[in-house]
Amino acid sequence: MQTNILAICYLIGSVSFIIGLKMLSHPATARKGNLVSAAGMGIAILGTLFLYKPEGTSFHNYGWIAGAIVIGTVIGSISARKVKMTAMPEMVSLFNGMGGLCAALISIVEFGHIAQDHSDMHVLSILAGMVIGCVSFTGSMIAYGKLSGKIKDHTFPGQHIFNLVVLVVIVVIGAYIIHGNGTAPVFIFYSILGLAVCYGILFVMPIGGADMPVVISLLNSFTGIATACAGFLYNNQVMLTGGILVGSAGAILTILMCKAMNRSLKNVLIGSFGGTAASAEHAISEQGTYKEISLSDAAMVMNYAHKVIIVPGYGLAVAQAQHTCHELEKLLHDNGVDVKYAIHPVAGRMPGHMNVLLAEADVSYDDLLELEPSNEEFGATDVVLILGANDVVNPAAEDDPSSPIYGMPVLQVWRSKLVIVNKRSMRPGYAGIENGLFFRPNTSMLFGDAKAVLQQLVSQIKEL
Amino acid sequence: METLLNFIQSNLETLYVVILSIFLGIEVISRVPSVLHTPLMSGANAIHGVIIIGSIIVMGETSSDNYLVLTLGFIAVIVGTINVVGGFVVTDRMLEMFKTGKEGASKRTKNN
Repeated sequence: MQTNILAICYLIGSVSFIIGLKMLSHPATARKGNLVSAAGMGIAILGTLFLYKPEGTSFHNYGWIAGAIVIGTVIGSISARKVKMTAMPEMVSLFNGMGGLCAALISIVEFGHIAQDHSDMHVLSILAGMVIGCVSFTGSMIAYGKLSGKIKDHTFPGQHIFNLVVLVVIVVIGAYIIHGNGTAPVFIFYSILGLAVCYGILFVMPIGGADMPVVISLLNSFTGIATACAGFLYNNQVMLTGGILVGSAGAILTILMCKAMNRSLKNVLIGSFGGTAASAEHAISEQGTYKEISLSDAAMVMNYAHKVIIVPGYGLAVAQAQHTCHELEKLLHDNGVDVKYAIHPVAGRMPGHMNVLLAEADVSYDDLLELEPSNEEFGATDVVLILGANDVVNPAAEDDPSSPIYGMPVLQVWRSKLVIVNKRSMRPGYAGIENGLFFRPNTSMLFGDAKAVLQQLVSQIKEL
Repeated sequence: METLLNFIQSNLETLYVVILSIFLGIEVISRVPSVLHTPLMSGANAIHGVIIIGSIIVMGETSSDNYLVLTLGFIAVIVGTINVVGGFVVTDRMLEMFKTGKEGASKRTKNN
């Protein structure tokens, strides 16, 4: 009886994950979809807690389990609530790493039981769950470190070959353990554990910070597969379907994200962003002269323009300047200027980052232009104000085949009459590439923190 | 070869579930607008937190004096819960922004 009810709980869980994901992929139903999956998850977890009956023994350690769940809930909800909108991507990466760690720990525990009765397939799923879980955990931690700026890109010559060798060694040792039906000495198991941990670090380390969203999505998919392995091990349908679903959806999402940047997954993973040293040298030689514009001049030209397009980027997010930006937009609009926002699909640190941010500041959806409509409008625009965006407005993507971002669709801001670029300094953007836009004759620089600059622009325009 | 065939034979149902789930996952999100990539990734991230069920099973089946496994399981349940709870809350916060954005926009058009 109990087991039957539990099976139904798991069925509800699986179905709610599918429906939830489906709803998440449409803007109107997305939020409900998230709640549907959460409800399904709650039913599956509660069902396991109260109805799960292991064969032969009884279910115990309730105190420990409850304690761990309470601690996890407190940490999870507080960190998720406190995190700033700008740091969301890091947070997702961190949570993903937690899932990977969980999968790895389960496999470590289960390996201790391996000698008893497990078949080759069970040994394989334990090993796969552990290796993938570990890679996902350390990889996500590195991705987190890179996004929050704590870890810089590191690479050494021949790293791709070295990574490949590590991977092959992991597979060979794994095959050896499976061949021995799990009776191999424990130190061999721990060596595979150590290698998997290292591989996660080696895998993400050379990939450039700008590509982290793609990497996180890929690692997310990995964790899904690790979950499915554990599901197979316990013959647990909700874990199996949930894991596979996330695995395949995550893989497709990764490819979609790559497509939005007009690059292939291969290009991202073994791609060219790693070669920052070379491109940095290249950049210094190319650095020409740029000119600055004063705040009052900038306020003047924007106030007397017919059409202004604002291009937000990560700088806006860092400075939390979305409200001030909206204020400037309203002020200009009241003075008869046509103001629009041009949103590059990967502006900021994640696809959709800018939409979320501007929505927070109540910017109307109708004022947000996507990539292609924006590019049609730039020719008829008087002033483009770039707020902390860099790589997404880099002309090298169109005219420099040697550039790492060559081929990525960019906002053609240089086609407008005047481009005002707000940046904190002349440092290159996140991808570490110099931007030729800043040295163009119709570009002027306006240095400073986005929020401070916008506030000053607002007060200057009010005085005009 | 024979072991493989035996395996397929004895796990046929599981294989069906796996293959159908793969197609389902692809089908469900293949036409998602780029604006939703981040929330969708975050939502999927919360869903694979279902791994917590495995860690609960590990804990529940362990005898109360096996401290090594208990410790590992305890950590596993904590991080699994963080994945689930944090994942859903973060996703909700992201999507909340979209909602207020739309409402705010419609409110403003009314005022105009």
